[in-house]
Amino acid sequence: MSRKLLIEHAEVPGIASYETYRKHGGYASVEKALKTMSPDEVVEEVKKSGLRGRGGAGFPTGMKWSFLAKPEGVERHLVCNADESEPGTFKDRYLMEKLPHLLIEGMITSSYALGARRSYIYIRGEFMYVLRILEKAIAEAYANGMLGKNILGSGYDLDLVVTPGGGAYICGEETALLESLEGKRGNPRMKPPFPAVKGLWGNPTVVNNVESIAAVVPIVNEGGEAYAKIGIERSTGTKLISASGNLVRPGVYEIELGLSVEEFIYGDNYCRGIANGKKLKACIPGGSSVPILPHYLVTKTAAGTDRLMTYESLADGGFASGSMLGSGGFIVFDEDQCIVRNTWNFARFYAHESCGQCSPCREGTGWMEKVLYRLEHGTGTLEDISLLEEINKKIEGNTICPLGDAAAWPVAAAIRHFRDEFEWHVKSPQEAQTRNYGLIQAPLEA
Amino acid sequence: MKADHPQAVNEAPIEFSANTMAEINRVIGLFPEGKQKSAILSVLHLVQDEFGWVSVGAMNRVALILGIQPIEVYEVATFYTMFHLDPVGKNVLEVCRTGPCQLVGSDDLITYIEEKLDIKVGETTKDGMFTLKTVECLGACGYGPMLMCKYQFYERLNKEKVNEMLDAMREASNS
Repeated sequence: MSRKLLIEHAEVPGIASYETYRKHGGYASVEKALKTMSPDEVVEEVKKSGLRGRGGAGFPTGMKWSFLAKPEGVERHLVCNADESEPGTFKDRYLMEKLPHLLIEGMITSSYALGARRSYIYIRGEFMYVLRILEKAIAEAYANGMLGKNILGSGYDLDLVVTPGGGAYICGEETALLESLEGKRGNPRMKPPFPAVKGLWGNPTVVNNVESIAAVVPIVNEGGEAYAKIGIERSTGTKLISASGNLVRPGVYEIELGLSVEEFIYGDNYCRGIANGKKLKACIPGGSSVPILPHYLVTKTAAGTDRLMTYESLADGGFASGSMLGSGGFIVFDEDQCIVRNTWNFARFYAHESCGQCSPCREGTGWMEKVLYRLEHGTGTLEDISLLEEINKKIEGNTICPLGDAAAWPVAAAIRHFRDEFEWHVKSPQEAQTRNYGLIQAPLEA
Repeated sequence: MKADHPQAVNEAPIEFSANTMAEINRVIGLFPEGKQKSAILSVLHLVQDEFGWVSVGAMNRVALILGIQPIEVYEVATFYTMFHLDPVGKNVLEVCRTGPCQLVGSDDLITYIEEKLDIKVGETTKDGMFTLKTVECLGACGYGPMLMCKYQFYERLNKEKVNEMLDAMREASNS
């Protein structure tokens, strides 16, 4: 069984309260950092840990922190991205609901490292009940001297506020989140300037995912080097995986990076296989924005090696035969699922969530949705499949933020691996309405 | 009248309850001096909590409270999908329709609720008790199919659970 650095105590009764959390070693990283380390030393530990952003992009957190501009007399901010809205991802909700003080502890230690004195948690509006849990925990932290003036006599002051979104996927993109936090529509900003230079209200700002901030706690407690020993190569530490779809036991799991995909799907300690004794058809391993993998590329790479739960192994083969770890939103399809229907479903999602700022994304996501609707509902043509590929090429790389790419890549991957199933929908529209295509054959088996 | 109507700005601002105003002042106070606009989403949630939806008159009041132009409130309220810009039933059922929920039966769930309440998605029951909406991913993918009502998540739903849920909501709204 893997070590758990984040959610080991998640199911302890009362762990959402300050007192119980403290009894289980909570706030040790705040004491260690504020009493014995300089802010730069904390940044150094995070760099050594090799921690990569857990929201999806996988950018090294320590490096992101080191880009933060520190002009004299200008306030800096840490903003926690708790907008968790990538379909397939629900780990941050679990962490915040069960262990609100872990996030608050991470916010204090990280804010100290960055020299931020006013930090914010931006949580999606639909998680209002989680916001209430965080508000209560923040009040407890103030009452116990962990927030406010002169924390633990260190001379360091910090105010922490949690505030809701209003229902917009795009606000998980960090510059859209900042716009939203300023009380505006969530339209992503052009970069540069990056938030590290001009972020919230024009001040230098770091935006980090909930899980990244929580991971700072064990990193400071145990040291960056110890953390980096867990995992494989540049995939260090543990990762929360949200498992959904047709699994015996879906849910949130903390794994050591490097676990095999086989073990994660079928192992007794994890998802225990495909529900109802069905066969695996496909898997989207990192949230709806990453490429789908057909069953023969899920547990093995194209080269035949074991596929591992790491940034590198899930991407092995590039877009031709790989995918991405992304946010860890692990979506599993059984043999009865229709890839065309699912691709249409996600295309509808992106069309709905495009902020409308860039024409290629605003128009392109809508077109893809319409074309996929035709294919799914039996009125598509073979040209529609090429049309989708054309639209794709005109969206990717031509938008301010990555939503356009996130909408285009999954469609491209679905066609790449499941072209036969798309063509079957065109050639046998009647049949496609009455049954599912079933498993696609691996090229070698064909 | 809709926020995009040319006369919208002339609609008289409506009054909020003392409780709502107290909460509004609290959330505005969370932000630094001069940055009160940052509280706008919190404020709109509070307004919707009181009235069930967000009218133009309510948005005009929000503009006055935050010291901003009405258009700044309209553009926000129309961008974020949680805000209902038309009157809704006492219980708004927001069913997740996105991929992971679809894999485990959200299509059937939506059809079942439509039949059970005799309304289509987007409609309200004649007695004003329920409005049915579909929404995109609510971050409960491992526990689908699911829906949200009044910020509460109802997960791993099946027909029996839906029946019980609807009965309980009816009872709570009538008492």
